[in-house]
Amino acid sequence: MTLLSMTVREALRDGMAEEMRRDTTVFLMGEEVAEYNGAYKVSQGLLDEFGAKRIVDTPITEHGFAGLGVGAAFGGLRPIIEFMTFNFSMQAIDQIINSAAKTLYMSGGQMGCPIVFRGPNGAASRVGAQHSHCFASWYAHCPGLKVISPYSAGDAKALLKAAIRDPNPVIFLENELLYGVTFEDVESDPDHVLPIGKALVRREGKDVTITAFSLMVGKALQAADVLAEQGIEAEVIDLRTLRPLDRETIIQSVMKTNRIVSIEESWPFAGIGSEIAALMMEEAFDYLDAPCVRVTGEDVPMPYAANLETLALPQVETIVEAVKKVCYRS
Amino acid sequence: MTQPISQEEALQAYYDMLLIRRFEERSGQLYGMGLIAGFCHLYIGQEAVVVGIQSVLQPQDSIITAYRDHGHMLACGMDPKGVMAELTGRIGGYSKGKGGSMHMFSREKNFYGGHGIVGAQIPIGTGLAFAHLYKEDKGVCVASMGDGAANQGQVYESYNMAALWKLPVVYVIENNQYAMGTSVARSSAGPTYYGRGQGWGIPGEKVDGMHLLKVVEAAQRAADHARSGKGPYILEMDTYRYRGHSMSDPAKYRSKEEVEGTKETRDPIELFKTYMTKTLKIAEDKIKHIDDDVKTVVAEAVEFSKSSPEPDVSELYTDILKEEVLS
Repeated sequence: MTLLSMTVREALRDGMAEEMRRDTTVFLMGEEVAEYNGAYKVSQGLLDEFGAKRIVDTPITEHGFAGLGVGAAFGGLRPIIEFMTFNFSMQAIDQIINSAAKTLYMSGGQMGCPIVFRGPNGAASRVGAQHSHCFASWYAHCPGLKVISPYSAGDAKALLKAAIRDPNPVIFLENELLYGVTFEDVESDPDHVLPIGKALVRREGKDVTITAFSLMVGKALQAADVLAEQGIEAEVIDLRTLRPLDRETIIQSVMKTNRIVSIEESWPFAGIGSEIAALMMEEAFDYLDAPCVRVTGEDVPMPYAANLETLALPQVETIVEAVKKVCYRS
Repeated sequence: MTQPISQEEALQAYYDMLLIRRFEERSGQLYGMGLIAGFCHLYIGQEAVVVGIQSVLQPQDSIITAYRDHGHMLACGMDPKGVMAELTGRIGGYSKGKGGSMHMFSREKNFYGGHGIVGAQIPIGTGLAFAHLYKEDKGVCVASMGDGAANQGQVYESYNMAALWKLPVVYVIENNQYAMGTSVARSSAGPTYYGRGQGWGIPGEKVDGMHLLKVVEAAQRAADHARSGKGPYILEMDTYRYRGHSMSDPAKYRSKEEVEGTKETRDPIELFKTYMTKTLKIAEDKIKHIDDDVKTVVAEAVEFSKSSPEPDVSELYTDILKEEVLS
């Protein structure tokens, strides 16, 4: 197999195109996905290849088209519903949770809902409080959903393909700031998919475990470089899937390092880091040499001012400081 | 003069309406006995609406509604035993006891629920119509809502998309005059629900929902319109629910005279029975025969709903996610 170099944006587009070639019930629907080629150009060229029946521009009507997607999935199709950003999914969250996630259970197993809700999630840059919101813990809270948030181009493609093939509703959280980033890790084989629910150790280390997902994986890797210069070898786990969380990989790492720092850009209260802290208490307590530490976005709506926005989000320096704290090195 | 309905069809429609009536009466009794719990919304009074609509549908057509759903399920041919056993929370229920009154489904009968969030079934039904068009199966979705749901924003988001893409969907507003305890006059500006599609060019009409033949006629027109590729159609059914919104509602927001007056002058089953005997000249003993059949079927359903066991405790953790993945 050859590894190709491409941006996350291109990898996502290729992943969708390959699945649409393979299965005629797959279609893409959302605002500006067709003629505009995607608000962030993720669906570039798809209208040309698949036509207006399968690449469907919607009105600005998130609640409506999310519900329409759920109905189409009940009716035997495999919709990919794009939210221009996940901020707007809050308009549609009732359909996602009450209709997509719960119906299999409520129907005693009769009604599957094979649907992917995807789009950029979390803070971009200087777009203010309503457009800078990470929904990872919101969706990961809910049984009946799978929640994926990839970092690299290769993972984005292979996990999106897995999401489209999955018979369950999948929340696929992308990141606008990663769209233009190039990775040399994209498998050329169109049959290559990654299993949902498996984390990846992106850097091995013996002193401390860092967990992160999406954009924060890059920050964690940068922090690990800085820490290495200071004699701390950090193991960086890219969670990749938030529900089901790969508990085993995290626990195995902590059994080795005995220390853990969780990184996320969303708010601290009941966040992904809180879940990891609980996991440590329940399953790895005897292996910890220090209390786990959470690095999160600040507990405030996102400010617009450049200096305040920087302060509100985890930075490499804050991660380095947190790791040193958990290693009792300051 | 040729009648719009044959004797055989009339007897079937009478059976279907009476089955819903008697089934719901027993549901109310079982609720009172503590065998059914939680929310339970009875369909009594509105029987002609679902039975009339169902009579014009084709096997590939799909149906979706909200939580006042027992009538829809019986009308589309779901087994009364499975419905009643779901009400009692037993393994023999359509959802293995995990859904309850508001959440039942049947892939076999193309019944897609059974939804508890007021209005949420309308975008879903619009999506079922999208799937019919996409698959080119000539199917139509009938998406029902109450007059209360008709004020939800997502209904209008659905009207827009359905009209824009000419989706084969019939929106049915079962106007039973009360959104829980709030009358139409207190909840809805504007004179009609059927006219609310005008802005999108969606045709609509008001129908006497207590009169089976009028429902059948209008439903045929609506289904033909949607099936022929002309897009959505709105039917506002003027109907009435005899009981409260749910079992816990004594319905003190309306007068006894109003309820009794409707029962005496507009009862859909009595009206149709009169039509059968007077116009179709169907013999009383044939009707009596159906009364007996219905009684037996409902009694069997009740018996089954009591004898079917509760779901095994292992069912707590099943049906959360589907396991199989396409490779």
